[in-house]
Amino acid sequence: MSALAVRVAGIGLWGPALAGWPASVAVLRGEAPADLSTTQKPSPPLLPPAERRRAPETVLFAAQAAVEACAAAGLSPGELPAVFGSAQGDIAITDYMCATLATAPFELSPTKFHNSVHNAAVGYWTIATGCRAASTALSAWTDTVGASLLEAAIQAHDTQAPVLVAVYDSAAVGPMADPIHHDCGFAFALVVDVDDPAAPGPRLVLEPLDGAGATEPDAAWARELRERNSSAIALPLLAALAGTTERRVRVAAGPGFVLDVTVRP
Amino acid sequence: MPQRQSPLAISAYTVTCAAGRGVDALAAALAARRSGLAPNDFSSVPLACHVGRVAGVEDTPVPAAQAAWDCRNNRLAWLGLSQDGFLDAALALVARYGASRVAVVLGTSTASIGATEEAYRTLEDGRFAARFHEPLLHTPHSLAAFVQAVLGTRGPVATVATACSSSAKVFAQAERLIRLGWADAAVVGGVDTLCDSVLFGFNALQLVSPDPCRPFDAARRGISIGEAAGFALLERGDAAPGAPRLAGWGESSDAHHMSSPHPEGLGARLAIADALARAGLTADAVDYINLHGTATPANDAVEAATIAALFPATTRASSTKGWTGHTLGAAGIVEAVICLIALERGFVPGTLNCVDPDPVCGPQLAVANEARAPRIALSNSFGFGGSNAALLFAHAGAA
Repeated sequence: MSALAVRVAGIGLWGPALAGWPASVAVLRGEAPADLSTTQKPSPPLLPPAERRRAPETVLFAAQAAVEACAAAGLSPGELPAVFGSAQGDIAITDYMCATLATAPFELSPTKFHNSVHNAAVGYWTIATGCRAASTALSAWTDTVGASLLEAAIQAHDTQAPVLVAVYDSAAVGPMADPIHHDCGFAFALVVDVDDPAAPGPRLVLEPLDGAGATEPDAAWARELRERNSSAIALPLLAALAGTTERRVRVAAGPGFVLDVTVRP
Repeated sequence: MPQRQSPLAISAYTVTCAAGRGVDALAAALAARRSGLAPNDFSSVPLACHVGRVAGVEDTPVPAAQAAWDCRNNRLAWLGLSQDGFLDAALALVARYGASRVAVVLGTSTASIGATEEAYRTLEDGRFAARFHEPLLHTPHSLAAFVQAVLGTRGPVATVATACSSSAKVFAQAERLIRLGWADAAVVGGVDTLCDSVLFGFNALQLVSPDPCRPFDAARRGISIGEAAGFALLERGDAAPGAPRLAGWGESSDAHHMSSPHPEGLGARLAIADALARAGLTADAVDYINLHGTATPANDAVEAATIAALFPATTRASSTKGWTGHTLGAAGIVEAVICLIALERGFVPGTLNCVDPDPVCGPQLAVANEARAPRIALSNSFGFGGSNAALLFAHAGAA
């Protein structure tokens, strides 16, 4: 059968009310209030200060969560294949590109252009970490969380080794806010590995499910955040990982295609 | 090193690019050395260069059921699906295995960004006009979402957007899904269309050639940008014994620079080595290599030295971007199909527009077309961000 069992070796998280995994567990359990009014700016230690100032928002969010997940797993980021997923990529760069092309196309910044590729975040990540393993950048629009998680679990089973998955989106800027309703950044990351009964960490079992709806977040703040950033669709999965009892979470992975995820914290 | 894996059957394939609409048309253009490149008549303001523009995209609206997603990229996707009987073959595949057992994994670099650019050129009081409010016109996933809707699949679906390696990496992702039991078959491929973003973006990087691109020529001056759509069906080998094979794949990262290749081609070497290991082959088994060969000074110098170091003189290698232009996120599938044409029709395309090969090129470089019968073909695809993919294809009788 096709069920995929993986061990979660490390978790990273960054977004409104969710500044790192340890600080977020109580919020995700409903034991602490969620103040969505501000988002701390991510400041991943991986990037030198000059790069941190210049880097696109998506790079900062993705790297922040990814660094935390790798550190929690006790693994060197440069060793891990990387699956990065984002519904939209960096909307501020899309806005810059399209606004400049509409008015002064010969003034387009070459740096902004190469930062406009959807794999910019994972590209910077592999350069900063010295990673020569496989890396990829996916989008499945509002199904990106499920599609990226599946791809990471598949890669872990293919290589029988740990894989980093990071899912992130940024705030919409300029006219892009008409079609895309993101108004904050959000990122989470997991290091998933093939199961080893002796090793610590929560377990996930992924099975395909045809036609069922995805699990709705329990908390009102989580439902609000999901509307403000597509990657926050992961909140029911993250809440189950923060919990204390086994739960099943249905994660949308495509039209009519849902991952039935058994979460053993 | 990865373990050897079972080859998959490529039971149908198609391509539409500037050099031809459908496999027969492209094969004929390759044989006749007839380029699809022409002076740029596409960009919103004039830019002196050559492009590989597909004729008739404007006249091919998407099906009424997907009208909300109508844009140049999805029009080219639809035009591409409609060639070589591919749409019927894909729908039959979905009927045979069931909608939930067929994956759709497609690659693109810029997807429908042309629609977003148009929205910015036609702002009304600083906001998008109503016809641009559909969110699926403004996400990289617009391509796979459109094709998935057309085919009615309910299995794994994703858009891979790793710049110019995108539609090569889809073969790897789909092969894993099939081998690990999450799909019985997959529709793979990629589509990229001409847009201001890439024309003026590569222009800003000073990587656009004023004349038609000349891969591996000593006097090459950069890329000619093209557009293309291509698709293939992957199934387990026993489902189509006479079909050509996906024998192996390799993926790697350069960890070097966002827009320049690693100077020693380290990432490329890793991807090629992985593909050979997964296919259970050594370099001397490779008869033909379709090179990434973009005609930028840096790519071709690094790639030529890499090929000269890794492969025997008997291996034939060429870049076909003189016919198609660099189709960016679609380059992987276009050049996969050219490898399949070489394997199934028994010929090696040369390197169009290469007159005076760079001295760094090894004896492998095929400048003229050659009448041969390659059995094993390798396709290289390298993208911004240091994203590398290598694919190995085999004649049905060779795997």
